[in-house]
Amino acid sequence: MTSQAQVRRLLSLVPYLREHDGAAVADVAAAFGVSPRTLRADLGVLWMCGMPGLSPGDLIDIDMDAVDGEGVIHLSNADYLTRPLRLTADEALALVLALRTLREIAGPDQRAATDRALAKLELASGTTPTGQQASVSVTSAAEDVRVTLADGLQRGRRLDLTYDVATRDETTQRLVDPLRLFVLDGAGYLEAWCYRAGGLRTFRLDRVAAASVTDVAVEPHDDVVLTDLSAGWSSSMADAPVVTLDLAAEAAWVAEYYPTESTTPRPDGGVVASFRVTDPGWLRHLLLRLGGAASVLAPEGAGDDAAQAAREALAAYAALERG
Amino acid sequence: MAPRKTERIVNLTIALLVAGRYLPKTRIRELVEGYHGLSDAAFERTFERDKDELRALGVPIEVGGYDQLFEDEAGYRILPSEFSLPPIELDAEEASVVGVAARVWQHASMAESTQSAMTKLRAAGVEPDPSALAALEPSVQATEPAFGPLWNAVLDQTRVRFTYRDGSLRTFEPWGLTSRRGRWYVVGRDVDRDATRMFKLSRIGDVPVRISRPGAYEVPDGLDLRALARSLDPKEPTAEALVAVRPGKAPSLTRRGRRAEVTPDLAWAPETHDRWWVGYGSLPGMADEVAGHGADVLVVEPVDLREAVVDRLRAVAASGAGR
Repeated sequence: MTSQAQVRRLLSLVPYLREHDGAAVADVAAAFGVSPRTLRADLGVLWMCGMPGLSPGDLIDIDMDAVDGEGVIHLSNADYLTRPLRLTADEALALVLALRTLREIAGPDQRAATDRALAKLELASGTTPTGQQASVSVTSAAEDVRVTLADGLQRGRRLDLTYDVATRDETTQRLVDPLRLFVLDGAGYLEAWCYRAGGLRTFRLDRVAAASVTDVAVEPHDDVVLTDLSAGWSSSMADAPVVTLDLAAEAAWVAEYYPTESTTPRPDGGVVASFRVTDPGWLRHLLLRLGGAASVLAPEGAGDDAAQAAREALAAYAALERG
Repeated sequence: MAPRKTERIVNLTIALLVAGRYLPKTRIRELVEGYHGLSDAAFERTFERDKDELRALGVPIEVGGYDQLFEDEAGYRILPSEFSLPPIELDAEEASVVGVAARVWQHASMAESTQSAMTKLRAAGVEPDPSALAALEPSVQATEPAFGPLWNAVLDQTRVRFTYRDGSLRTFEPWGLTSRRGRWYVVGRDVDRDATRMFKLSRIGDVPVRISRPGAYEVPDGLDLRALARSLDPKEPTAEALVAVRPGKAPSLTRRGRRAEVTPDLAWAPETHDRWWVGYGSLPGMADEVAGHGADVLVVEPVDLREAVVDRLRAVAASGAGR
């Protein structure tokens, strides 16, 4: 723990404890995101601080017996630190961006609350022109779909979704119990229990073509473990087979766009890259659209599916040419 | 060691806050116990470092008030009105969205910034209910190594130098950062080329280095990051293709198209497919997209698009085994 982080925390801790007289050590530690042990050390430092002179009457007064005995904090004699330090430009902008990201998947009520919070924050952070320095955009659903999803989630209602499955390239109809809305790598997703699949599924919001709220209440899904998002998509792809592609310069974007296991650039601007492939349909689609700018290096036969699909399509064109 | 340092810096802050006037350095040395017993040189050094640390935390230390009693020595003070976070009152809903926002950043130092902002807001009386909005999990990632240095440079207008993927060394004045589809871009002025540029952070080959003092340039008024980011989107449609689509397939194409009731060339209308008009902005881009769908989508017209698709399919067909 650097002293800078500790100073920053102490300057907030004093006004916080003045506001929350008798707060429990554990609660305060949780609110500040530190361990009770760190908080106890913080209080030990604060106890030695105060007005210049530092005679007993000048020091910040903390009832250490209550801290170590009942585990509650009483702080007094710090009338000069009634307010926390103002937000730095960095803190204000980080928070503003986070709120704007939340806004992109929120329903109408939360969006209104977010807008009000943003306005108040921008006012409280003073002159910082937080609007123009950074922005985040999220690929999300159409407005009406977002309203429906938020409503179903809020009221605990089963949803009827029209969903475009990208890898199978077709539209499906399904009933789902909504569990969570999240954003990962710039796209919004609904995580839900899907009755068609009989399991937990994630739905990319921009592929939800339509949604309606049913009258059915959602089942409790307490035993369902939601996807761990902390490691991005990689945790859900860990078991998928690795495919290595030789990408020509005009297809090198693929190695930036999709998560890779490894990449080796070539002098001509191309790149050899390995990907975890959870769905063979994704690879077929990718190879077809790259139209020969990518070739499969390993494993053998991983490109056969795409080649077969290409021959099928060529046969269809040939039949049409003949009329 | 560290607690003593924290104690000294907090006591310095309090001394400057309560003084009500500019305090000369000699007086500060007497008032703050942590400076006692230091040699002149050690005091100078320690005091300078403490001031720098406080300023880095955003504590507004003002210099001025040359006092004749102290032989024209510079004095220091902190105005409580400049130090304190202005009043901010959030209702329960607003506090909840701010609570969610505090968890959004998946980038270590940004997460620390939001946590610190949250701590200050808590100290100002904002109390988010952690159980509210538990089903909303927005997140922002920033895995590019260039992100941290560029974020700081944007905040304090510092010129930077970095190497772009094409090997060119760029001297750059960053104005803003924008995230699109999970990827970060920096917008600003390329100094050597004297032109506005947007760079993708993942293509910056090294870590940008600061090469000026903060505040070295002005960001132009009315910079619209979101509009600049939209320039990264696919071009607006300028042409229309007539395509034959297997029923229910390729929803990503048909969602932006319209059913063709009357088609100009019935010979080009396979029985098994529906006919759709679909707009496009770039012929190669459209050919990539259509080729990705294999035999599910066939181009009826225009002929140049059809030929481009057939070229791609031939290349892929030739690459596969089992001919």
